Amino acid sequence: MLLEICCRTGIIDPLTIIPPSEMIVSMVDHIGSGEFNESIVNTFSTILLAFVLAIGCGTLAGALVHRSSRLRDVADPLLASYYSVPTFIFYPLLVALLGLGKAPLVVLGVLSAAPAVMISTLSGLDGVSPALMKIARVHRLSPARTLWWIVLPAALPRLFTGFKLALSYALIGVIAGEFILSGSGLGYAISFAYQSFDNRAMYGLMLFVLLVAVIANGILYVWEERLARRRSSG
Amino acid sequence: MSPPAVTEPSHVVLNEVVRRYEGPPAIHALGSIDLVLRRGEFFSVVGPSGCGKSTLLDVLCGLVRPTSGSVQFEGRELRGEVPDGIGVVFQEDSSMPWLSVRQNVAFGLRTSELSQKEITERVDHAVSFMGLAQFSGHYPAQLSGGMRQRVCIARTLVLRPRLILLDEPFGALDQQTRLLMGDELLRLWRETGATVMLITHALDEAAMLSDRVGVMSARPGRFIDMVETGWPRDRDSRIVSDATFGTVTARLWSSLRAESLKTMGRAA
Amino acid sequence: MSDISLENALSTPTSRRRIRAFDAVVMTLLMLALWQAIGSWTKGVAVSPPLQTFVYLFGLLRTGMFWDHAAATLAAFLLAFGLSALIGLALGLIFGIRRFAGEVAEPMLAGFYTIPKVTLYPVVLLVFGLGMSAKVAFGVMHGLVPMTLFTLGAVRNLPPVLIRTAKVLRLSPGRTMLWILVPACLPDIVNGLRISFSLSLLGVLIGEMFSSQRGLGFLLVNGMAQHNVPLSTAVVTVIVVVAIAANTLMLRVGGRTARRPNP
Repeated sequence: MLLEICCRTGIIDPLTIIPPSEMIVSMVDHIGSGEFNESIVNTFSTILLAFVLAIGCGTLAGALVHRSSRLRDVADPLLASYYSVPTFIFYPLLVALLGLGKAPLVVLGVLSAAPAVMISTLSGLDGVSPALMKIARVHRLSPARTLWWIVLPAALPRLFTGFKLALSYALIGVIAGEFILSGSGLGYAISFAYQSFDNRAMYGLMLFVLLVAVIANGILYVWEERLARRRSSG
Repeated sequence: MSPPAVTEPSHVVLNEVVRRYEGPPAIHALGSIDLVLRRGEFFSVVGPSGCGKSTLLDVLCGLVRPTSGSVQFEGRELRGEVPDGIGVVFQEDSSMPWLSVRQNVAFGLRTSELSQKEITERVDHAVSFMGLAQFSGHYPAQLSGGMRQRVCIARTLVLRPRLILLDEPFGALDQQTRLLMGDELLRLWRETGATVMLITHALDEAAMLSDRVGVMSARPGRFIDMVETGWPRDRDSRIVSDATFGTVTARLWSSLRAESLKTMGRAA
Repeated sequence: MSDISLENALSTPTSRRRIRAFDAVVMTLLMLALWQAIGSWTKGVAVSPPLQTFVYLFGLLRTGMFWDHAAATLAAFLLAFGLSALIGLALGLIFGIRRFAGEVAEPMLAGFYTIPKVTLYPVVLLVFGLGMSAKVAFGVMHGLVPMTLFTLGAVRNLPPVLIRTAKVLRLSPGRTMLWILVPACLPDIVNGLRISFSLSLLGVLIGEMFSSQRGLGFLLVNGMAQHNVPLSTAVVTVIVVVAIAANTLMLRVGGRTARRPNP
């Protein structure tokens, strides 16, 4: 609201920021017009692909490393410093390697998201209480049943945290990639609008991307809360 | 007083059982132990902390193989696997937070080949036997520690175990709840006719509940005393006011005091 | 599972340490080999192989041009990191002590943490103009939130009994802060600094990559645009090494502060 008033009264230069009401109108116009449909499909299919791959690779790698204490000794320090490296700087190299298009974006998304899944898989598996594992043996459960009935449900809350992080990291990675260096997608569209001084389009698209990000994270957040509510008192 | 109830043949036989853990540091945790549990008796084990009580339980139910010696349950030797007919309740809360009370109890029968009707009956019975009927839809997080431990006991009950092992199941509970849970346990023991082995660090609990109490030494754990309490089978927590209760507790403590001092790092 | 028996057989502390060191060396060699493989597989059009990169890097380190760009990045980064750390610490303490404000602010901050902030960069550019201040602002946007969240969490998770103890000992608010609050929260604060460090670096670099004429981010993109593969590979190498070194240092410091058992 404050922003709206400032913009309307001219305290903020309309060339810098347009009033929020106009952002919404612009968003509805641009998304409704259908000219960005292709970009939207492109971007979200890339994000989804990266997200799914990250979950698959991350969970597998986490489970594998969890089984061997020797691999664990190697992996722990790597994982601890992984996120200190801005993964994003590999993007130009990936583009040179794989060509401009979907491939480097997917790889970038997976590179930024998979380790988070791996870390949470490890912590989830670590957190399965030894008492529950003993219960599995007392009931003579097969390894598959132990996994399905005991380990997975016990580790689920932490796994879920990893999935949530993976979604936002994949989203951030893909959109940032499109933004900096790409020929299609929503990130590219925003950067293109900025460079051609089309503020209305830029703010409209920006609002759209942020809304989608907030909603997607919000859904996972609510889901997680529901999952956790059962397990906490109340 | 009516005569002691238990004079049945042997149910579990431990023969020169020793358990060592490879290091580092190498630990001689247990033994050598010779022990016979009579069918239908209530046996308790007390001992200083870290004396191998829990190792004894793990060996007894087949979770851990003894380094040497043998364990026989109902005449068959255990080979690193938990046989049918043994139920275990651990000290840690092992209720499954993702299942409701009823589902937790039914978990015990997930792999069974019983008919659906039989399963429902057993679960219903165990749930109401442990006084959980009102809470069958609740999740463990909504229950108190005592209630959660009841859930774990009920989960064991549906299997109709002939031997029930309990590893300090009431260790985390307050004194009043412990006394009441002790009564529950006695009722369960009487009505199921199962053999019960209870591991505890509370001398009064052991003295009140058991037909027989084994006192263990500091590590490596061995039995240094066996006390027959002579309680009637039909008893409850009110026997704490019986004069014998004081005598039994005093005897347990005198056997244990020197060992407890050892684990505190002092000479006796 | 077979590893466990191996470990049992060889598990004196020194031999275990030796196995670890050996594995770490193997891992490093594997990574270099992968790098080399990618380099030769693409015939150096995308990534230059390790040896060539290090040689090039050595030459690069002796040019004034490189240090100009590095200094630009460093200045922007230090400013962004410093601002993130100070403001984040202050905000975190305030939100931690004033529970209500904290409860309102935390989900908003956590939400901001998960959105793609790049899309907001044009706004930053429009507000701050091209140049240093936009980069710094973007770095702060990345680094501020984790610092605030970590500090907030640390203060909130402080065992209440410590505060009660301070009251029983009749410590003044200042001394409570200095003797109780800060030491108790230190491990978390160091962790917050660590995350904030890498994210403000990321923010500054993205800023430089998108639109800037100076800095390592610019050098990287520029190298790519001019097909100067060794240049961009070398820049990436420098950034990775510096980031890992700084992170390791802070992990050590954090480990030392956390070694005092903290409930």
